[in-house]
Amino acid sequence: MSNATAGSPASGTTPASGPATTGTTPASGPATTGTTGRTLCVPGNEACAEGALYAGVGFFAGYPITPSSEIAEIMSRRLPERGNRFIQMEDEISSLCAIVGASLTGSKVMTATSGPGFSLMQEALGYGIMAEIPLVIVDVMRGGPSTGMPTQGSQGDVNQVRWGTHGDHSIIALTASTNQTLFETTVRAFNLAETYRTPVVVLYDEMLGHLRERLSIPEPGELPLVERLRTGVPEGVDYHPYLIRDDGRLPMSDFGGVHRYNVTGLYHDMWGFPSTDPHTVDDLAHHIYDKIELRADELAQAQEFYMEDAEIVFISYGSPARTAHQVVHQARMNGQRLGLLELQTIWPFPARMVRDACRKARATIVVEMNMGQMYYHIRNAVENPRSVFLSNRVDGRFITPKDLRRVLRIVEGQGE
Amino acid sequence: MSETKKPAGYYLRERFMPHLWCAGCGHGTVLNGLVRSVDELGLKKREIVMVSGIGCSARMAGYLDFHTLHTLHGRALAFATGVKLSRPELKIICPLGDGDALAIGGNHFIHAARRNIDITVLILNNRIYGMTGGQYSPLSGCGIDATTAPYSSIDEAFDAVRLATASGATFVARTTTFHVHQMQQILTQAIQHKGFSVVEVLSQCPTHFGRKNGGLEAVDMLKGYQQNTAPVGSKKLENSPDLIPVGVFVDEERAEYCDRYQGVIDRAQGGAAARTAPVGQGGAAAQGGAP
Repeated sequence: MSNATAGSPASGTTPASGPATTGTTPASGPATTGTTGRTLCVPGNEACAEGALYAGVGFFAGYPITPSSEIAEIMSRRLPERGNRFIQMEDEISSLCAIVGASLTGSKVMTATSGPGFSLMQEALGYGIMAEIPLVIVDVMRGGPSTGMPTQGSQGDVNQVRWGTHGDHSIIALTASTNQTLFETTVRAFNLAETYRTPVVVLYDEMLGHLRERLSIPEPGELPLVERLRTGVPEGVDYHPYLIRDDGRLPMSDFGGVHRYNVTGLYHDMWGFPSTDPHTVDDLAHHIYDKIELRADELAQAQEFYMEDAEIVFISYGSPARTAHQVVHQARMNGQRLGLLELQTIWPFPARMVRDACRKARATIVVEMNMGQMYYHIRNAVENPRSVFLSNRVDGRFITPKDLRRVLRIVEGQGE
Repeated sequence: MSETKKPAGYYLRERFMPHLWCAGCGHGTVLNGLVRSVDELGLKKREIVMVSGIGCSARMAGYLDFHTLHTLHGRALAFATGVKLSRPELKIICPLGDGDALAIGGNHFIHAARRNIDITVLILNNRIYGMTGGQYSPLSGCGIDATTAPYSSIDEAFDAVRLATASGATFVARTTTFHVHQMQQILTQAIQHKGFSVVEVLSQCPTHFGRKNGGLEAVDMLKGYQQNTAPVGSKKLENSPDLIPVGVFVDEERAEYCDRYQGVIDRAQGGAAARTAPVGQGGAAAQGGAP
């Protein structure tokens, strides 16, 4: 994976400037035929679903919840067209359990939900981490806690993604701010899930989920796809499903194939058999943690805008990054040296990337739709935590350029 | 029980032994019956996926040399649904405990039954949470002493057979660890049955249930299964309706879920004409459907 994408304001992946509002374009049903190579105007949820289909999702289980339900609707239509399967389960708990089962038969699998459903999934998410199951969870964030604001956006699940399930573990979570990057992020999520045999969360806010904008679907082969690594151990030879290769990877064998083995959420040995042997437990605890945390730099992905000589740096992700981009862009027209680091990998936390980005800056302003869930991690990462400020909203409304400029004036000592 | 064609050890993972079940536990008897049924049916080990939850019953999966998925407490049927729907050609067997299946897993149980997905469920009913130390379960019933019912339980029990039947299971049976021949016969029928099949097996827990309830030993409890049961539809049951009925209660054919889903695929791939075909013919269409 590349490190920070060197961004320029003229690059094709620059977010559209200005606070985008939900479109008034009349809704059209999801395309029913192959969409590769086409340019569409669709909501973010559809961009995510298209990304999953491009990546080769073969099984989807889900439960209706605002604001993610469109993903399940699209999957229910598109998967059987390809001979694949969709099921609406009785709740979110069973949805995640079902995709774990399907993943073990060799399919690329996915579910989609929002905060309350994601809370219900936490135990099975831990199972997926412990048993090292490739799967993708989409969490379209709405206001919380509890039922909160189902139809309004937030970024309140950032820390739940990291620490929602119990026990020491690590996780990969990715985000995006435009339909095009959401499509690519979803493809990347499947690639990372297969590469590292782990659940990967695609996390974005309701604003993006329901924002209708352009999406160009790449031709097949244009984006790299990672297929499952399967064992070459022949029938009759002892296969070790949890024996880590020198490169850190664990080749899999599909249920129904020649190798029969045990999968469990208990600490287990290389055969998948439960174990309480201290060495076995210690090795596995470090393995599931280190395989992600020690690759934080490699997994870190972000877009940089005007960062080369920025005196004040915005750090943002998801929809708020679109606002920050507009403010930065306009400030540059006025000769103000502002920059934007838009995070696309949330977890593992890209600490080195953040530290490097803020090193030369006079001040850093974190822009997010929560009480500072990423802000505190950024404070911990930089050399001068007192130079980090938070510009946030938790009222379900977009963060506007006016909001950012007000914080900017305070940071620059110009009062409100 | 009949002689197995292959030695019973062929189906076991000796690497996993000794097992963790207590002396006198009925679960090993169920494992024995299951192995014999699989042997009798001539199923290949690689065709079978055992999906279990958490509890004493759940450990059965690991002891058997099939594809085995030891999951979360109560969630086995949700995992199993994912395995089955993505690979319908596999045989799925789920050994569940009474709390596992009908307390924490009750919702998954009724919905899997409603779908009539081709999964065989064994409810190993010992009327107690054994692994956690003898708490009462939704199948304990009133007047049972348990570690969480020191003044005896006041909760009514589910009737697993009636619950499964009402939820839409198309094969429903009850047997006990005393009736080993009947148990094997019923397990064979259940595994063969296409659709959601439920076999409740009364299985003794002398360690937790017996000790707290009159100091019953395993043999006492097995004798109890002999004395307190009667075949469904029998004269004996008619004369003594308080006895626990055992045998096959439901055995009917109804379109199975994966077959119906094949109908969905056919409609999705067949364009508008196929989409207007009456719903409910999915099962029939699936017989000759594309893979």
